[in-house]
Amino acid sequence: MSHRLGRVNVVEAVDLRRTYKTTTGAIRRKSHEIEAVRGVSFAIREGELFGLLGPNGAGKTTTIKMLITLLIPTSGSARVLGRDVVKDARWVRERIGYVFGGERGLYERLSALDNLRYFAELYAVDPRRQRARIDELLDLVGLKGREQERVEGYSRGMRQRLHIARGLLHDPPVLFLDEPTIGVDPVGARELRATIASLTAAGKTVLLTTHYMFEADSLCDRIAVIANGEIVAQGTPTELKAGVADGSVVEVEVFGVEERIVERVRELAGVRAVTVEDREQKQLLIVQTAPGFELTHAILSQLDADSVGRVSSREPTLEDAYVALVTAA
Amino acid sequence: MLRALRVIRISWVLQLKTMARSGFDVLTAIITPITYASIAFFLYRRGGGPQTLLWVSLGAAFMGLWASTLWGAGNTIQRQRSQQTLEFAIAAPTPFLVSLIGTSLASSTVGLYSLVATLAWGRLLFDVPLELAHPILFALSLPAAVLSLGLLGIVMAATLILYRYAWALANMLEYPIWLAAGLLAPIALLPGWVHPISYALAPTWGAKAVRESVLGGSPLAAIGMCLGLAAVYLAIGFFLVRNFERLARQRATLALS
Repeated sequence: MSHRLGRVNVVEAVDLRRTYKTTTGAIRRKSHEIEAVRGVSFAIREGELFGLLGPNGAGKTTTIKMLITLLIPTSGSARVLGRDVVKDARWVRERIGYVFGGERGLYERLSALDNLRYFAELYAVDPRRQRARIDELLDLVGLKGREQERVEGYSRGMRQRLHIARGLLHDPPVLFLDEPTIGVDPVGARELRATIASLTAAGKTVLLTTHYMFEADSLCDRIAVIANGEIVAQGTPTELKAGVADGSVVEVEVFGVEERIVERVRELAGVRAVTVEDREQKQLLIVQTAPGFELTHAILSQLDADSVGRVSSREPTLEDAYVALVTAA
Repeated sequence: MLRALRVIRISWVLQLKTMARSGFDVLTAIITPITYASIAFFLYRRGGGPQTLLWVSLGAAFMGLWASTLWGAGNTIQRQRSQQTLEFAIAAPTPFLVSLIGTSLASSTVGLYSLVATLAWGRLLFDVPLELAHPILFALSLPAAVLSLGLLGIVMAATLILYRYAWALANMLEYPIWLAAGLLAPIALLPGWVHPISYALAPTWGAKAVRESVLGGSPLAAIGMCLGLAAVYLAIGFFLVRNFERLARQRATLALS
């Protein structure tokens, strides 16, 4: 993928920090400061699709909001296309597009066409080109023929596609996509991913946040993993996988596992990370192990034999690399 | 400039569409002026002649116009915040003030219905005469009043960008302004210290311009005051929106969470 990447840094974040003030209590109000982003630095090259991965509350959206001029950083700086996002906010706004995941962010009582017409004016799209551009985008996102309907009747997937069309109206060279496929059905999500891939093929620089590892793996040139407001790793998907590739992963189906047992497994020598995924009536205990350790027996000895189902071992994936990085943070 | 006018136009059109599609907004817009007019007519029916009733009826019309402006100013920002479009509108390269002018003017335009409904209600049920002393000046005073009220609306809406709960305060302004602007009783009856406040309010001059063009008098001065105040409100709105938007980006109050 790197053949299309330029040498210029299109997005640069240098030691970005952002704190929020919050209050608790109705009568005796106490003010607290929450550090949402704690010194984030990265650079995205021209034409690159850069992924920002992290759990909920890690600071992904706050970071994006600083880059798209919606939040002023508490300290640090950020530049888009060489211009400061605070000092030259308007200049930056003209050249970026952004798409937030979720159902909101659209004028519900208006049609998709009216939503796009409104933003076409706000983004100063040439009036002579507006209708053609809107038609082009409705075609691209598959909403042609439904544009006269009010947004309040749209499905989640249709709303998400409308968000993408809106973000592309002014043909910006840089795009910020914050979990654009969240909540979209698998077929819709696949179509959206194809659209995102076509954006970088058209020379656009994209910053994408997502929870889905396979999405990041298949789309991103490079990934930064963010946890607790800090970047804990950065590299290509292959480089990140290499961080845990030398170990292995043991998966054990369990029927009810207590937290104290998970803790005991976590404390075993050679264990890198432990996660528990709910699978209807059962859970899947996923244990990442360091190279040279065969821990299947040690893990099973911690569990009640009657509550154990299928046991398997496999190679680590990007998701395992992500889990190891986030749990270590 | 042309670009700004295009944004004002589309904001105005789409805000009217949005309001027309809400049953609650439509019902409020229809019933409120009729209710105000009825209260005013019942208050003054016994003591006043036809001219007094027309004077009161025009005041009641401005009560509806003001209610619509106030509701629009508060509701526009709150609705945008709750449906999370506020961030998108602010992060666009067009200054937010420009689209705010369009949406605020739409609310005061809807308020024009209040004038028509009040006069028709008065004519049909209370035999209020309806003759225009200066039809051309009446036609001029209406857009001047809508413009000045609409731009006063942006001053109030601007505070909502920064303060999420300012709508509660804005709602409280409905009734005091009726009194201060002399909509139900002449300003001369109010204490002297209220007069400077009255003279700084668009409804005072809007109502005066319309009343003088309907009942007779020289409404040009009041029309001029409407336009002058509109320019002042625009300057204050520009200052507030620019600074409050920056503060909102610092304090993270643009989004709900």
